Amino acid sequence: MAAADQTARPMIEIVDLHKSFGSHTVLSGINLKVPQGSTLVILGGSGSGKTVMMKHMIGLLKPDQGQVIIDGDDIVPYGAVQLEQLRKKFGMVFQAAALFDSMTVYQNVAFPVLEHRKELSEAKVRALVKEKLAVVGLSGIEERYPADLSGGMRKRVGLARAIMLEPKIVLYDEPTTGLDPITTDSVDQMILDAKRHLGVTSVVISHDIASAFKVADNVAFLSQGVIVEQGTPAQLRHSTNPALRAYLSTWFDLERRS
Amino acid sequence: MTAPIDTNAPPKPPNAVKQAIEGLGLTLGRLVEDIGGLAVLLIDVLRWTVRPPFRAANLFAQLDFVGVGSALIVALTGIFSGMVFAHQSARAFEMFNSEALVGPTVALTITRELAPVFSALMVTMRAGSAMCTELGTMRVTEQVDALETMAVNPVQYLLVPRVLAGLIMVPVLVMLFDAAGLAGGYFVSVLVKGVSAGTWLSRTQQWLDPEDIAEGLIKGAVFGLYVALVACFKGYHASGGAKGVGLATTQAMVMSALGIFVLDYFVGVILH
Repeated sequence: MAAADQTARPMIEIVDLHKSFGSHTVLSGINLKVPQGSTLVILGGSGSGKTVMMKHMIGLLKPDQGQVIIDGDDIVPYGAVQLEQLRKKFGMVFQAAALFDSMTVYQNVAFPVLEHRKELSEAKVRALVKEKLAVVGLSGIEERYPADLSGGMRKRVGLARAIMLEPKIVLYDEPTTGLDPITTDSVDQMILDAKRHLGVTSVVISHDIASAFKVADNVAFLSQGVIVEQGTPAQLRHSTNPALRAYLSTWFDLERRS
Repeated sequence: MTAPIDTNAPPKPPNAVKQAIEGLGLTLGRLVEDIGGLAVLLIDVLRWTVRPPFRAANLFAQLDFVGVGSALIVALTGIFSGMVFAHQSARAFEMFNSEALVGPTVALTITRELAPVFSALMVTMRAGSAMCTELGTMRVTEQVDALETMAVNPVQYLLVPRVLAGLIMVPVLVMLFDAAGLAGGYFVSVLVKGVSAGTWLSRTQQWLDPEDIAEGLIKGAVFGLYVALVACFKGYHASGGAKGVGLATTQAMVMSALGIFVLDYFVGVILH
Protein backbone atom coordinates (compact mmCIF):
# COMPACT_ATOMS: atom_id res chain seq x y z
CA MET A 1 0.00 0.00 0.00
CA ALA A 2 1.37 3.40 -0.91
CA ALA A 3 1.52 6.01 1.83
CA ALA A 4 0.94 9.72 1.39
CA ASP A 5 4.57 10.72 1.05
CA GLN A 6 6.95 7.81 0.63
CA THR A 7 9.90 10.04 -0.28
CA ALA A 8 10.26 11.35 3.28
CA ARG A 9 12.59 9.42 5.59
CA PRO A 10 10.58 7.26 7.99
CA MET A 11 10.64 8.72 11.52
CA ILE A 12 9.25 5.50 12.93
CA GLU A 13 9.79 2.12 11.34
CA ILE A 14 8.61 -1.15 12.81
CA VAL A 15 9.91 -4.38 11.30
CA ASP A 16 8.35 -7.78 11.98
CA LEU A 17 7.32 -6.98 15.57
CA HIS A 18 6.10 -9.88 17.72
CA LYS A 19 4.85 -9.64 21.30
CA SER A 20 3.14 -12.13 23.59
CA PHE A 21 2.14 -11.91 27.24
CA GLY A 22 2.45 -15.47 28.55
CA SER A 23 0.56 -17.64 26.10
CA HIS A 24 -1.49 -14.69 24.85
CA THR A 25 -0.18 -13.36 21.54
CA VAL A 26 -0.92 -9.66 21.12
CA LEU A 27 1.17 -8.67 18.11
CA SER A 28 2.30 -11.14 15.46
CA GLY A 29 4.42 -9.60 12.74
CA ILE A 30 3.79 -5.85 12.55
CA ASN A 31 5.43 -3.91 9.73
CA LEU A 32 4.93 -0.18 9.64
CA LYS A 33 6.53 3.03 8.42
CA VAL A 34 5.63 6.52 9.49
CA PRO A 35 7.19 9.17 7.19
CA GLN A 36 8.62 12.25 8.88
CA GLY A 37 6.06 14.98 9.43
CA SER A 38 3.05 12.81 8.68
CA THR A 39 0.18 11.63 10.85
CA LEU A 40 -0.55 7.94 11.17
CA VAL A 41 -3.77 6.78 12.75
CA ILE A 42 -3.77 3.25 14.11
CA LEU A 43 -7.35 2.13 13.95
CA GLY A 44 -8.69 -0.99 15.59
CA GLY A 45 -11.22 -2.39 17.99
CA SER A 46 -10.74 -2.90 21.71
CA GLY A 47 -8.06 -5.47 22.47
CA SER A 48 -6.56 -5.34 18.99
CA GLY A 49 -3.13 -4.45 20.37
CA LYS A 50 -3.06 -0.72 19.54
CA THR A 51 -1.81 0.41 22.93
CA VAL A 52 0.77 -2.38 23.12
CA MET A 53 2.14 -1.26 19.78
CA MET A 54 2.38 2.35 20.92
CA LYS A 55 4.18 1.32 24.11
CA HIS A 56 6.83 -0.38 21.96
CA MET A 57 7.46 2.88 20.08
CA ILE A 58 8.38 4.74 23.24
CA GLY A 59 10.29 1.84 24.77
CA LEU A 60 7.88 1.07 27.61
CA LEU A 61 7.70 -2.53 26.33
CA LYS A 62 10.36 -4.72 24.74
CA PRO A 63 9.37 -6.88 21.76
CA ASP A 64 9.88 -10.65 21.72
CA GLN A 65 11.15 -10.35 18.17
CA GLY A 66 11.58 -7.59 15.59
CA GLN A 67 12.94 -4.06 15.34
CA VAL A 68 11.63 -0.67 16.36
CA ILE A 69 13.58 2.01 14.51
CA ILE A 70 13.08 5.56 15.74
CA ASP A 71 14.76 8.39 13.87
CA GLY A 72 17.20 5.93 12.30
CA ASP A 73 18.17 3.93 15.42
CA ASP A 74 16.94 0.53 16.52
CA ILE A 75 15.79 1.13 20.10
CA VAL A 76 15.16 -2.51 21.06
CA PRO A 77 18.63 -3.07 22.62
CA TYR A 78 18.51 0.28 24.52
CA GLY A 79 19.21 0.34 28.27
CA ALA A 80 17.58 2.60 30.86
CA VAL A 81 19.83 5.63 30.23
CA GLN A 82 19.43 5.51 26.45
CA LEU A 83 15.69 5.05 26.81
CA GLU A 84 15.52 8.18 28.93
CA GLN A 85 17.27 10.11 26.16
CA LEU A 86 14.95 8.53 23.58
CA ARG A 87 11.85 9.61 25.47
CA LYS A 88 12.84 13.25 25.14
CA LYS A 89 12.16 12.86 21.41
CA PHE A 90 8.58 11.97 22.24
CA GLY A 91 5.60 13.80 23.59
CA MET A 92 2.64 11.76 24.70
CA VAL A 93 -0.95 12.88 25.12
CA PHE A 94 -2.88 10.51 27.34
CA GLN A 95 -6.48 9.44 27.05
CA ALA A 96 -7.54 11.33 30.18
CA ALA A 97 -4.71 13.88 29.78
CA ALA A 98 -2.89 12.51 32.88
CA LEU A 99 -2.10 16.00 34.17
CA PHE A 100 -0.62 16.13 37.67
CA ASP A 101 -3.65 17.17 39.68
CA SER A 102 -1.59 18.48 42.59
CA MET A 103 -0.04 21.09 40.29
CA THR A 104 -1.37 24.15 38.49
CA VAL A 105 -1.56 24.30 34.71
CA TYR A 106 1.65 26.34 34.72
CA GLN A 107 3.51 23.79 36.84
CA ASN A 108 2.22 20.97 34.67
CA VAL A 109 3.28 22.52 31.39
CA ALA A 110 6.61 23.72 32.80
CA PHE A 111 7.37 20.30 34.32
CA PRO A 112 9.40 18.72 31.47
CA VAL A 113 11.51 21.86 31.08
CA LEU A 114 12.10 22.23 34.83
CA GLU A 115 13.23 18.60 34.89
CA HIS A 116 15.42 18.50 31.82
CA ARG A 117 16.55 22.05 31.07
CA LYS A 118 17.48 23.41 34.45
CA GLU A 119 19.72 26.07 32.89
CA LEU A 120 16.71 28.15 31.77
CA SER A 121 15.76 31.17 33.85
CA GLU A 122 12.31 31.43 35.36
CA ALA A 123 11.35 34.21 32.95
CA LYS A 124 12.35 32.02 29.99
CA VAL A 125 10.31 29.09 31.34
CA ARG A 126 7.32 31.37 31.85
CA ALA A 127 7.58 32.66 28.29
CA LEU A 128 7.92 29.14 26.94
CA VAL A 129 4.82 27.97 28.83
CA LYS A 130 2.86 30.93 27.48
CA GLU A 131 4.05 30.18 23.96
CA LYS A 132 3.12 26.48 24.09
CA LEU A 133 -0.28 27.23 25.61
CA ALA A 134 -0.86 29.68 22.76
CA VAL A 135 -0.02 26.92 20.25
CA VAL A 136 -2.89 24.83 21.64
CA GLY A 137 -5.17 27.88 21.76
CA LEU A 138 -5.20 28.57 25.49
CA SER A 139 -4.21 31.62 27.50
CA GLY A 140 -4.65 33.03 30.97
CA ILE A 141 -5.29 29.67 32.67
CA GLU A 142 -1.79 29.17 34.11
CA GLU A 143 -2.87 29.42 37.74
CA ARG A 144 -5.86 27.10 37.46
CA TYR A 145 -5.83 23.44 38.52
CA PRO A 146 -6.59 20.56 36.12
CA ALA A 147 -9.76 19.73 38.10
CA ASP A 148 -11.18 23.15 37.14
CA LEU A 149 -10.79 22.54 33.39
CA SER A 150 -13.10 20.86 30.88
CA GLY A 151 -12.08 17.58 29.22
CA GLY A 152 -11.12 19.29 25.96
CA MET A 153 -9.06 21.95 27.75
CA ARG A 154 -7.27 19.31 29.78
CA LYS A 155 -6.29 17.54 26.58
CA ARG A 156 -4.97 20.81 25.17
CA VAL A 157 -2.90 21.37 28.30
CA GLY A 158 -1.70 17.77 27.95
CA LEU A 159 -0.52 18.53 24.42
CA ALA A 160 1.14 21.76 25.54
CA ARG A 161 3.07 19.75 28.14
CA ALA A 162 3.92 17.09 25.54
CA ILE A 163 5.46 19.61 23.12
CA MET A 164 7.50 21.51 25.75
CA LEU A 165 10.76 19.76 24.92
CA GLU A 166 10.07 20.16 21.20
CA PRO A 167 9.67 16.49 20.44
CA LYS A 168 9.99 15.03 16.97
CA ILE A 169 7.11 12.66 17.56
CA VAL A 170 3.80 13.14 19.36
CA LEU A 171 1.77 10.09 20.40
CA TYR A 172 -1.95 10.45 21.10
CA ASP A 173 -3.69 7.69 23.05
CA GLU A 174 -7.38 7.68 22.07
CA PRO A 175 -7.60 11.48 22.03
CA THR A 176 -11.32 11.68 21.24
CA THR A 177 -12.66 8.82 23.36
CA GLY A 178 -15.47 9.95 25.64
CA LEU A 179 -15.70 13.51 24.29
CA ASP A 180 -18.80 15.21 22.92
CA PRO A 181 -18.91 15.92 19.14
CA ILE A 182 -17.96 19.60 19.45
CA THR A 183 -14.99 18.86 21.69
CA THR A 184 -14.00 15.94 19.44
CA ASP A 185 -13.91 18.37 16.56
CA SER A 186 -11.73 20.80 18.46
CA VAL A 187 -9.32 18.01 19.48
CA ASP A 188 -9.07 16.89 15.83
CA GLN A 189 -8.31 20.48 14.90
CA MET A 190 -5.68 20.60 17.66
CA ILE A 191 -3.92 17.53 16.19
CA LEU A 192 -3.96 19.07 12.71
CA ASP A 193 -2.66 22.40 14.04
CA ALA A 194 0.14 20.75 15.98
CA LYS A 195 1.29 19.03 12.84
CA ARG A 196 1.07 22.19 10.77
CA HIS A 197 2.75 24.54 13.26
CA LEU A 198 5.37 22.22 14.68
CA GLY A 199 6.02 19.80 11.82
CA VAL A 200 5.93 16.87 14.21
CA THR A 201 5.37 13.27 13.23
CA SER A 202 2.18 12.09 14.92
CA VAL A 203 0.81 8.68 15.79
CA VAL A 204 -2.80 8.56 16.90
CA ILE A 205 -4.39 5.47 18.43
CA SER A 206 -8.11 5.54 17.94
CA HIS A 207 -11.28 3.61 17.38
CA ASP A 208 -13.08 6.76 16.27
CA ILE A 209 -13.42 6.34 12.49
CA ALA A 210 -14.67 9.85 11.74
CA SER A 211 -11.85 11.50 13.62
CA ALA A 212 -9.29 9.12 12.12
CA PHE A 213 -10.26 9.97 8.57
CA LYS A 214 -10.08 13.66 9.37
CA VAL A 215 -6.59 13.86 10.86
CA ALA A 216 -4.76 11.02 9.12
CA ASP A 217 -2.28 11.10 6.25
CA ASN A 218 -2.11 7.33 6.62
CA VAL A 219 -4.31 4.86 8.41
CA ALA A 220 -3.25 1.42 9.59
CA PHE A 221 -6.00 -0.99 10.52
CA LEU A 222 -4.99 -3.39 13.25
CA SER A 223 -6.92 -6.57 13.82
CA GLN A 224 -5.92 -9.62 15.88
CA GLY A 225 -2.29 -8.60 16.16
CA VAL A 226 -1.58 -7.85 12.51
CA ILE A 227 -2.01 -4.80 10.31
CA VAL A 228 -4.51 -6.06 7.78
CA GLU A 229 -4.54 -2.89 5.70
CA GLN A 230 -2.67 0.40 5.55
CA GLY A 231 -2.81 3.37 3.24
CA THR A 232 -4.36 6.76 2.78
CA PRO A 233 -7.90 7.28 4.08
CA ALA A 234 -9.22 7.21 0.50
CA GLN A 235 -7.48 3.91 -0.19
CA LEU A 236 -8.87 2.37 2.98
CA ARG A 237 -12.42 3.34 2.13
CA HIS A 238 -12.21 1.23 -0.99
CA SER A 239 -10.46 -1.70 0.61
CA THR A 240 -11.86 -5.16 -0.03
CA ASN A 241 -10.64 -6.60 3.26
CA PRO A 242 -13.72 -8.06 4.99
CA ALA A 243 -12.61 -7.24 8.58
CA LEU A 244 -11.90 -3.63 7.65
CA ARG A 245 -15.13 -3.31 5.64
CA ALA A 246 -17.11 -4.63 8.61
CA TYR A 247 -15.39 -2.11 10.90
CA LEU A 248 -15.83 0.86 8.58
CA SER A 249 -19.45 -0.01 7.77
CA THR A 250 -20.40 0.81 11.37
CA TRP A 251 -19.63 4.43 10.59
CA PHE A 252 -20.17 4.84 6.83
CA ASP A 253 -23.59 3.14 6.86
CA LEU A 254 -24.57 5.55 9.56
CA GLU A 255 -23.34 8.39 7.38
CA ARG A 256 -25.46 7.25 4.42
CA ARG A 257 -28.60 6.86 6.49
CA SER A 258 -28.53 10.35 7.90
CA MET B 1 -14.94 -44.42 31.38
CA THR B 2 -17.08 -41.42 32.19
CA ALA B 3 -20.21 -41.45 34.28
CA PRO B 4 -23.12 -39.48 32.83
CA ILE B 5 -23.53 -36.16 34.62
CA ASP B 6 -26.88 -35.75 36.29
CA THR B 7 -27.65 -32.09 35.77
CA ASN B 8 -30.73 -32.28 37.98
CA ALA B 9 -28.80 -33.46 41.04
CA PRO B 10 -28.67 -30.86 43.85
CA PRO B 11 -25.30 -29.08 44.03
CA LYS B 12 -22.89 -30.68 46.46
CA PRO B 13 -22.68 -28.71 49.72
CA PRO B 14 -19.39 -26.82 49.85
CA ASN B 15 -16.82 -28.57 51.98
CA ALA B 16 -16.14 -26.14 54.82
CA VAL B 17 -12.79 -27.67 55.77
CA LYS B 18 -11.58 -27.67 52.19
CA GLN B 19 -12.68 -24.05 51.76
CA ALA B 20 -10.93 -22.98 54.95
CA ILE B 21 -7.67 -24.64 53.90
CA GLU B 22 -7.92 -23.12 50.43
CA GLY B 23 -8.58 -19.71 51.93
CA LEU B 24 -5.60 -20.04 54.24
CA GLY B 25 -3.40 -21.14 51.34
CA LEU B 26 -4.48 -18.13 49.25
CA THR B 27 -3.84 -15.73 52.13
CA LEU B 28 -0.39 -17.19 52.78
CA GLY B 29 0.40 -17.06 49.07
CA ARG B 30 -0.58 -13.41 48.92
CA LEU B 31 1.47 -12.67 52.05
CA VAL B 32 4.60 -14.22 50.53
CA GLU B 33 3.95 -12.31 47.30
CA ASP B 34 3.57 -9.03 49.20
CA ILE B 35 6.75 -9.55 51.23
CA GLY B 36 8.65 -10.33 48.03
CA GLY B 37 7.18 -7.25 46.36
CA LEU B 38 8.17 -5.07 49.34
CA ALA B 39 11.74 -6.36 49.21
CA VAL B 40 12.02 -5.67 45.49
CA LEU B 41 10.60 -2.18 45.94
CA LEU B 42 12.98 -1.47 48.85
CA ILE B 43 15.98 -2.36 46.69
CA ASP B 44 14.62 -0.20 43.87
CA VAL B 45 14.08 2.73 46.26
CA LEU B 46 17.60 2.39 47.71
CA ARG B 47 19.09 2.29 44.21
CA TRP B 48 17.29 5.48 43.16
CA THR B 49 18.05 7.22 46.48
CA VAL B 50 21.78 7.36 45.77
CA ARG B 51 21.42 8.35 42.14
CA PRO B 52 21.25 12.02 41.09
CA PRO B 53 19.31 14.22 40.65
CA PHE B 54 18.53 14.61 44.36
CA ARG B 55 15.09 16.07 44.78
CA ALA B 56 15.36 18.12 47.96
CA ALA B 57 12.09 19.98 47.38
CA ASN B 58 10.12 16.72 47.13
CA LEU B 59 11.83 15.34 50.22
CA PHE B 60 11.13 18.45 52.31
CA ALA B 61 7.49 18.44 51.22
CA GLN B 62 7.16 14.86 52.46
CA LEU B 63 9.12 15.52 55.68
CA ASP B 64 6.68 18.32 56.33
CA PHE B 65 3.65 16.19 55.51
CA VAL B 66 4.70 13.09 57.48
CA GLY B 67 6.49 14.81 60.37
CA VAL B 68 5.18 18.30 60.99
CA GLY B 69 1.69 17.32 59.89
CA SER B 70 1.54 14.43 62.36
CA ALA B 71 3.15 16.28 65.28
CA LEU B 72 -0.07 17.44 66.93
CA ILE B 73 -1.87 14.10 66.89
CA VAL B 74 1.26 12.28 68.02
CA ALA B 75 1.73 14.74 70.90
CA LEU B 76 -1.91 14.36 71.96
CA THR B 77 -1.71 10.57 71.73
CA GLY B 78 1.47 10.77 73.82
CA ILE B 79 -0.02 12.95 76.55
CA PHE B 80 -3.09 10.77 76.97
CA SER B 81 -1.14 7.49 76.76
CA GLY B 82 1.12 8.77 79.55
CA MET B 83 -1.86 9.90 81.61
CA VAL B 84 -3.77 6.62 81.20
CA PHE B 85 -0.71 4.56 81.92
CA ALA B 86 0.15 6.58 85.05
CA HIS B 87 -3.43 6.33 86.26
CA GLN B 88 -3.57 2.53 85.83
CA SER B 89 -0.12 1.79 87.23
CA ALA B 90 -0.72 4.10 90.21
CA ARG B 91 -3.93 2.14 90.94
CA ALA B 92 -2.01 -1.13 90.77
CA PHE B 93 1.06 -0.04 92.76
CA GLU B 94 -1.12 1.54 95.47
CA MET B 95 -2.15 -1.98 96.43
CA PHE B 96 1.47 -2.77 97.34
CA ASN B 97 2.37 0.64 98.69
CA SER B 98 5.00 1.02 96.01
CA GLU B 99 3.91 4.24 94.29
CA ALA B 100 7.59 5.07 93.83
CA LEU B 101 7.64 2.63 90.91
CA VAL B 102 4.96 4.50 88.97
CA GLY B 103 7.45 6.89 87.37
CA PRO B 104 9.92 4.26 86.10
CA THR B 105 7.11 1.99 84.88
CA VAL B 106 5.50 4.76 82.87
CA ALA B 107 8.83 6.00 81.51
CA LEU B 108 10.13 2.59 80.45
CA THR B 109 6.88 1.50 78.83
CA ILE B 110 6.54 4.72 76.91
CA THR B 111 10.08 4.99 75.64
CA ARG B 112 10.52 1.32 74.73
CA GLU B 113 7.10 0.37 73.42
CA LEU B 114 4.25 2.86 73.40
CA ALA B 115 6.04 5.72 71.67
CA PRO B 116 7.27 3.80 68.61
CA VAL B 117 4.15 1.67 68.21
CA PHE B 118 1.60 4.44 68.68
CA SER B 119 3.56 7.01 66.64
CA ALA B 120 3.86 4.55 63.77
CA LEU B 121 0.15 3.72 63.98
CA MET B 122 -0.76 7.42 63.90
CA VAL B 123 1.55 8.03 60.93
CA THR B 124 0.05 5.01 59.14
CA MET B 125 -3.45 6.30 59.70
CA ARG B 126 -2.80 9.87 58.74
CA ALA B 127 0.10 9.91 56.28
CA GLY B 128 0.20 6.30 55.05
CA SER B 129 -3.41 6.33 53.91
CA ALA B 130 -2.95 9.65 52.11
CA MET B 131 0.24 8.43 50.42
CA CYS B 132 -1.42 5.23 49.27
CA THR B 133 -4.52 6.91 47.83
CA GLU B 134 -2.50 9.66 46.17
CA LEU B 135 -0.09 7.24 44.49
CA GLY B 136 -2.93 4.87 43.60
CA THR B 137 -4.91 7.67 41.96
CA MET B 138 -1.81 8.80 40.07
CA ARG B 139 -1.32 5.23 38.86
CA VAL B 140 -4.88 4.65 37.64
CA THR B 141 -5.12 8.07 35.95
CA GLU B 142 -1.84 7.38 34.08
CA GLN B 143 0.04 10.19 35.86
CA VAL B 144 2.76 7.66 36.71
CA ASP B 145 3.04 6.66 33.04
CA ALA B 146 3.15 10.35 32.13
CA LEU B 147 6.20 10.80 34.39
CA GLU B 148 7.89 7.88 32.72
CA THR B 149 7.22 9.16 29.20
CA MET B 150 8.68 12.52 30.24
CA ALA B 151 11.90 10.69 31.13
CA VAL B 152 11.43 11.13 34.89
CA ASN B 153 11.80 7.97 36.95
CA PRO B 154 8.63 7.61 39.05
CA VAL B 155 10.35 5.59 41.79
CA GLN B 156 12.87 8.38 42.26
CA TYR B 157 10.40 11.21 41.90
CA LEU B 158 7.50 9.82 43.93
CA LEU B 159 8.61 6.96 46.17
CA VAL B 160 12.10 7.88 47.38
CA PRO B 161 10.99 11.10 49.17
CA ARG B 162 8.04 9.32 50.82
CA VAL B 163 10.04 6.35 52.08
CA LEU B 164 12.85 8.60 53.34
CA ALA B 165 10.29 10.80 55.10
CA GLY B 166 8.91 7.78 56.97
CA LEU B 167 12.40 6.62 57.93
CA ILE B 168 13.50 10.05 59.18
CA MET B 169 10.35 11.50 60.70
CA VAL B 170 8.90 8.61 62.71
CA PRO B 171 11.93 8.56 65.08
CA VAL B 172 11.53 12.33 65.48
CA LEU B 173 7.87 11.82 66.32
CA VAL B 174 8.89 9.10 68.79
CA MET B 175 10.98 11.71 70.65
CA LEU B 176 7.99 14.02 70.73
CA PHE B 177 5.80 11.18 71.99
CA ASP B 178 8.39 10.40 74.71
CA ALA B 179 8.34 14.00 75.93
CA ALA B 180 4.56 14.33 75.79
CA GLY B 181 4.00 10.92 77.38
CA LEU B 182 6.37 11.59 80.28
CA ALA B 183 4.75 14.99 80.86
CA GLY B 184 1.28 13.40 80.89
CA GLY B 185 2.50 10.64 83.21
CA TYR B 186 4.11 13.11 85.58
CA PHE B 187 1.00 15.25 85.66
CA VAL B 188 -1.33 12.39 86.63
CA SER B 189 1.11 10.67 89.03
CA VAL B 190 2.15 13.78 90.92
CA LEU B 191 -0.78 16.17 90.66
CA VAL B 192 -3.70 13.74 90.57
CA LYS B 193 -2.48 10.59 92.31
CA GLY B 194 -0.33 12.38 94.85
CA VAL B 195 3.00 10.61 94.21
CA SER B 196 5.82 12.80 95.52
CA ALA B 197 7.49 14.79 92.73
CA GLY B 198 10.97 14.10 94.06
CA THR B 199 10.41 10.37 94.20
CA TRP B 200 8.90 10.32 90.72
CA LEU B 201 11.78 12.22 89.17
CA SER B 202 14.64 10.53 91.01
CA ARG B 203 13.31 6.99 90.50
CA THR B 204 12.62 7.64 86.83
CA GLN B 205 16.11 9.02 86.40
CA GLN B 206 17.51 5.99 88.20
CA TRP B 207 15.73 3.41 86.03
CA LEU B 208 15.51 5.08 82.63
CA ASP B 209 18.71 4.64 80.58
CA PRO B 210 19.64 6.20 77.25
CA GLU B 211 19.47 2.66 75.80
CA ASP B 212 15.73 2.58 76.49
CA ILE B 213 15.20 5.76 74.53
CA ALA B 214 17.49 4.47 71.75
CA GLU B 215 15.47 1.25 71.56
CA GLY B 216 12.33 3.29 70.91
CA LEU B 217 14.06 5.39 68.27
CA ILE B 218 15.43 2.34 66.44
CA LYS B 219 11.97 0.80 66.45
CA GLY B 220 10.56 4.09 65.19
CA ALA B 221 12.97 4.09 62.25
CA VAL B 222 12.13 0.48 61.35
CA PHE B 223 8.37 1.08 61.62
CA GLY B 224 8.60 4.37 59.70
CA LEU B 225 10.49 2.74 56.85
CA TYR B 226 8.03 -0.16 56.85
CA VAL B 227 4.76 1.79 56.86
CA ALA B 228 5.93 4.25 54.20
CA LEU B 229 7.16 1.38 52.04
CA VAL B 230 3.84 -0.50 52.39
CA ALA B 231 1.81 2.61 51.52
CA CYS B 232 4.02 3.24 48.46
CA PHE B 233 3.97 -0.42 47.41
CA LYS B 234 0.20 -0.77 47.54
CA GLY B 235 -0.49 2.62 45.98
CA TYR B 236 2.12 2.34 43.25
CA HIS B 237 0.78 -1.04 42.13
CA ALA B 238 -2.92 -0.14 42.41
CA SER B 239 -5.12 -0.98 39.44
CA GLY B 240 -8.79 -0.97 38.56
CA GLY B 241 -10.05 2.58 39.01
CA ALA B 242 -11.50 4.13 42.16
CA LYS B 243 -12.45 0.75 43.59
CA GLY B 244 -8.92 -0.54 43.11
CA VAL B 245 -7.46 2.47 44.91
CA GLY B 246 -9.85 1.93 47.82
CA LEU B 247 -8.91 -1.73 48.02
CA ALA B 248 -5.19 -0.91 47.87
CA THR B 249 -5.56 1.57 50.74
CA THR B 250 -7.45 -0.93 52.89
CA GLN B 251 -4.77 -3.54 52.27
CA ALA B 252 -2.02 -1.03 53.01
CA MET B 253 -3.62 -0.06 56.33
CA VAL B 254 -4.09 -3.68 57.45
CA MET B 255 -0.62 -4.70 56.34
CA SER B 256 0.98 -1.68 58.05
CA ALA B 257 -0.86 -1.99 61.35
CA LEU B 258 -0.32 -5.75 61.70
CA GLY B 259 3.27 -5.46 60.52
CA ILE B 260 4.08 -2.89 63.21
CA PHE B 261 3.19 -5.38 65.97
CA VAL B 262 5.00 -8.27 64.31
CA LEU B 263 8.12 -6.16 63.75
CA ASP B 264 7.86 -4.78 67.29
CA TYR B 265 8.34 -8.25 68.74
CA PHE B 266 11.24 -9.21 66.47
CA VAL B 267 13.11 -5.91 66.74
CA GLY B 268 12.70 -6.11 70.53
CA VAL B 269 14.13 -9.64 70.58
CA ILE B 270 17.04 -8.72 68.31
CA LEU B 271 17.96 -5.67 70.43
CA HIS B 272 17.89 -7.69 73.69
